[in-house]
Amino acid sequence: MEVKDIFSYDWSYLLPEFIILGFATGLSLLDLFAGKRLGKQAIGLLSLVGVLLATTFVFVNMTTLDQPYSYMADMIRIDDYGNAFKLLFLGGTAFTILISLSYLNQGEVAHRGEYYYLLLSGLLGAMVMASSADLITMFVGLELLSLSSYVLVGMRKKSLHSNESAFKYVVSGSIATAVTLFGMSYVYGLTGTTNIYEISQRLAEAGMMGYQFIIYMAFAFLAVGLAFKISAAPNHMWAPDVYQGAPTPVTAFLAVVSKAAGFSLVFRLLLISFLQVPSAEGPFFFVQGSLYLGLIAAASMIIGNTMALKQTNVKRMMAYSGIAQAGYLLVPFSPPTTLFFSEVIFYLFGYLLVSFGAFAVIMAVAKEQQTEDLKGFAGLYHRSPVMAISMTIFLLSLAGIPISVGFFGKFYLFMGALAQENYWLSGVMIVTSVVSYYYYFGIIRQMYMRSGESEAPLAVPRGIWLLVLLLAIATVFFGVFPGLVTDYIQVNFNPAFDFGNMLPS
Amino acid sequence: MDLVNSILLSVLVFSPVLAILVMAFIPQHQGGVIKKVGVLGTLLPLLLSLYLFASFHYGSSNLQFVEKYDWISIPISFDQAGNPYGLEINYELGVDGVSMPLLVLTAIIATLAAVASWQIKKRLKEFFILFHVLLIGMLGVFAADNLFLFFIFFEMTLVPMFFLVGIWGYGEREKAANKFLLYNGIGSGIMLIAFIVLYLLLQTMNMEQISNALTTAGHPVASAITPELRFGLFLALFIAFAIKLPVFPFHTWMLKVHVQAPPSIVMIHSGILLKMGAYGVLRMGIGFFPEQAYQFATWLAVLGIINILYGAVLAYVQKDLKMVLAYSSISHMGIVLLGFAAMNTIGFQGAMFQIVSHGFISALLFFLIGVIWDRTQTSMIDELGGLAKSMPFVSGILLAGGMASLGLPGMSGFISEFFAFLGLFGKLPVMAVVGALGIVLTAVYLLRAILRTTFGPTPDRFNRLADAQPMEVIPMVVLLGFIILIGVYPAILGNPLQQTLKTIVPIVTGIGG
Repeated sequence: MEVKDIFSYDWSYLLPEFIILGFATGLSLLDLFAGKRLGKQAIGLLSLVGVLLATTFVFVNMTTLDQPYSYMADMIRIDDYGNAFKLLFLGGTAFTILISLSYLNQGEVAHRGEYYYLLLSGLLGAMVMASSADLITMFVGLELLSLSSYVLVGMRKKSLHSNESAFKYVVSGSIATAVTLFGMSYVYGLTGTTNIYEISQRLAEAGMMGYQFIIYMAFAFLAVGLAFKISAAPNHMWAPDVYQGAPTPVTAFLAVVSKAAGFSLVFRLLLISFLQVPSAEGPFFFVQGSLYLGLIAAASMIIGNTMALKQTNVKRMMAYSGIAQAGYLLVPFSPPTTLFFSEVIFYLFGYLLVSFGAFAVIMAVAKEQQTEDLKGFAGLYHRSPVMAISMTIFLLSLAGIPISVGFFGKFYLFMGALAQENYWLSGVMIVTSVVSYYYYFGIIRQMYMRSGESEAPLAVPRGIWLLVLLLAIATVFFGVFPGLVTDYIQVNFNPAFDFGNMLPS
Repeated sequence: MDLVNSILLSVLVFSPVLAILVMAFIPQHQGGVIKKVGVLGTLLPLLLSLYLFASFHYGSSNLQFVEKYDWISIPISFDQAGNPYGLEINYELGVDGVSMPLLVLTAIIATLAAVASWQIKKRLKEFFILFHVLLIGMLGVFAADNLFLFFIFFEMTLVPMFFLVGIWGYGEREKAANKFLLYNGIGSGIMLIAFIVLYLLLQTMNMEQISNALTTAGHPVASAITPELRFGLFLALFIAFAIKLPVFPFHTWMLKVHVQAPPSIVMIHSGILLKMGAYGVLRMGIGFFPEQAYQFATWLAVLGIINILYGAVLAYVQKDLKMVLAYSSISHMGIVLLGFAAMNTIGFQGAMFQIVSHGFISALLFFLIGVIWDRTQTSMIDELGGLAKSMPFVSGILLAGGMASLGLPGMSGFISEFFAFLGLFGKLPVMAVVGALGIVLTAVYLLRAILRTTFGPTPDRFNRLADAQPMEVIPMVVLLGFIILIGVYPAILGNPLQQTLKTIVPIVTGIGG
């Protein structure tokens, strides 16, 4: 490729990424040279501006691009699939910054500037993951997100938990990365290319030529390695420790943005690469692949929901809850249909609203009680009815009880699974959901049925209070009118393009 | 008038919202005002439901007061012209002869339970707000004509009940609330599976359309459904509602709730929530899958007999009056199952009469237990006794309620048992004979429990108990009035039922023989 070829692309479609990159580097320089003179919140607010600006340009791309736009043979690919995920990442990061503005006032994190531009670089990694169709760029995005997250987790420098969790995260994350890379090397070895659309065809040929075993190995390694990012079994063990040790806004970032980024990668990489591989019993992906992913989903739901029962630390509980949610999100993938995209985006959208709401409440309560123990929630209803009722709505949504966005999300996933006559997985989903009632209602019991040490009103920063209230209203609103979101997805995103119309409807 | 009628049902279902809004603005400490608003708030749905009942056309078996609005569309894909298409979920309400009486029952019991809630002493504001949310859910369940909507209303009763039991109940309230939540959660899950499979098969969630499609011979879509799948769906729906009813062995949660919940909530629970299970079995189990139900009838009867005898025998050995009545409820729900098992108009009528009648009777009896507990702080039979001397009025009503429950002619319990057994004799005479033993046992355990509490020597500490206050007399008299009204003039309930049951039965019997 020559230099003039590179300039012949229309780079304006990459503006969202450039803006985030520019803000991340710009803010780090600003922090370096003028950090002392700026107000405490300045860098946070500026990074929020960057995120919003990038979001605007994603919307611009959505309206101006009818077809996927490809840079350098799909190294970067701007398409509906990626845009939908990017909106989720940007929204999630915006919420992270919003709750961070209040969290950082607690003074546990010494380097505010660093915190924000690391968030932005993590976001950039996620965005690259969602909009690449090449193993190299996918991996670069993955690493950018991972490395930023490792540092963010350890930001509470004086906290033992934070240090421990950062260390665990680095070690287990590196192992997962190694496993992923190992799987990629199999794929490259078989196909000689890193473009996943070419991989798709060549793997199909390789499958017909009798390289089944190596293909299965590649699939297994990729799935296990990538399970780390979405905190699904068998690579979920890091989540409770890391969630507990990380600063709460970072926990929320990991739970939503990092997880959604993982999903965007898993879906695109595994689905396109392996979709056309044949096997003796039928298409590999719809027979063995789906079963394998179904088992991962079932294991995640079972492990997440049963381990959560025993937790006394709220953030650990949310980590196990997150493992179970990852399991739910894999359900539409086994086997996939064209509906899967809309199901996943809707579910992630709901999960985004609810998670940030829940973590914001957890943050407010934990700060005041100086403990993240479940007992800290005791009597919350008497101390701050708005926080308690909002938290109840978030928990009901996570448990999948109407009327909430989480209920419809689950209903939608569930419907997809039953439409595929995947009865065993639907059964696991229902039973583990009911098990999850127990621990979600455990928090509710604390809030309403126990008396706390004090009855004094809970001091909640005004911004957090407003954010929680709005998120609670949104959770109910989109539970009553889920059609607004599903219609939006349907009208604006047509992922059939991105999957080459290869999925059955 | 048409405009009014076209939104009447929605107004009825959501009318408790008004009380919720008013209460939200009353300060917590003004308990008296909150109580008044709480009771007055239930009068609105009561009046509306009575108006609906009065303007209901008995002669028609059609759904009435139908409402339909587009609600959610789930995109699936694009059609050839590039337009998105998908599955539709509509907001659909409607009542027929089966759901109409249950709506009225709900509204009446709710009002009386609100009156009974005057005993509640703590956190009144939350109590009455949750009470009204529960009421919306219950009214919605009986008014919904769409499976998705039905499910949402069904689940809407779950969360308020959890709080009402868990906060305002007796000693082991939280355990009871958890058990309630988990059992009903499983039931709802099974129900949801069945609903979605039906939706995917028939592309609609409208209950009437589903029922028509499944019962029309040679229907283009539905006739492709295999008998095995039909039976599986029937069974799933039956189990889902059997947990709610409850049918042995799914009954343990219900005992806990009966014993631990506050009396006014038990009135609602025993009087209405259990009936949602029976309604579901009739409306969806039998209404959607008459053929499968017909094949399953013998098992229905067996389950019914197990419920009757198991409930009756265990009711006899209980030491706690609340437990006696809880097991009695299980026993009485067995009669509902027997009525269903008869698979004929008389049997169904018996079942429906039993649903309504038991609603009134159990509400009355649990209300009385609340009154007694309020004064004596106990409901143990051994500790009570001789109440007739100090509380003659309450004891008299208790005896009358007991008589109604054991099926004394002239009261509603008699009519329902009579119809249910009469229907069953026509189909399964042996089962009917065995089941009828239950009636004898009912007399034994109820008389034992009631006589031991009201007669005999009065313990000294109970010598000066106050008899019923005016606020307590009202629910007693009203409930007893309805029990006797149905007993002496069954047509008031029979008339609306007739036409609707007549449309279900020929389908059932037409298939079976």
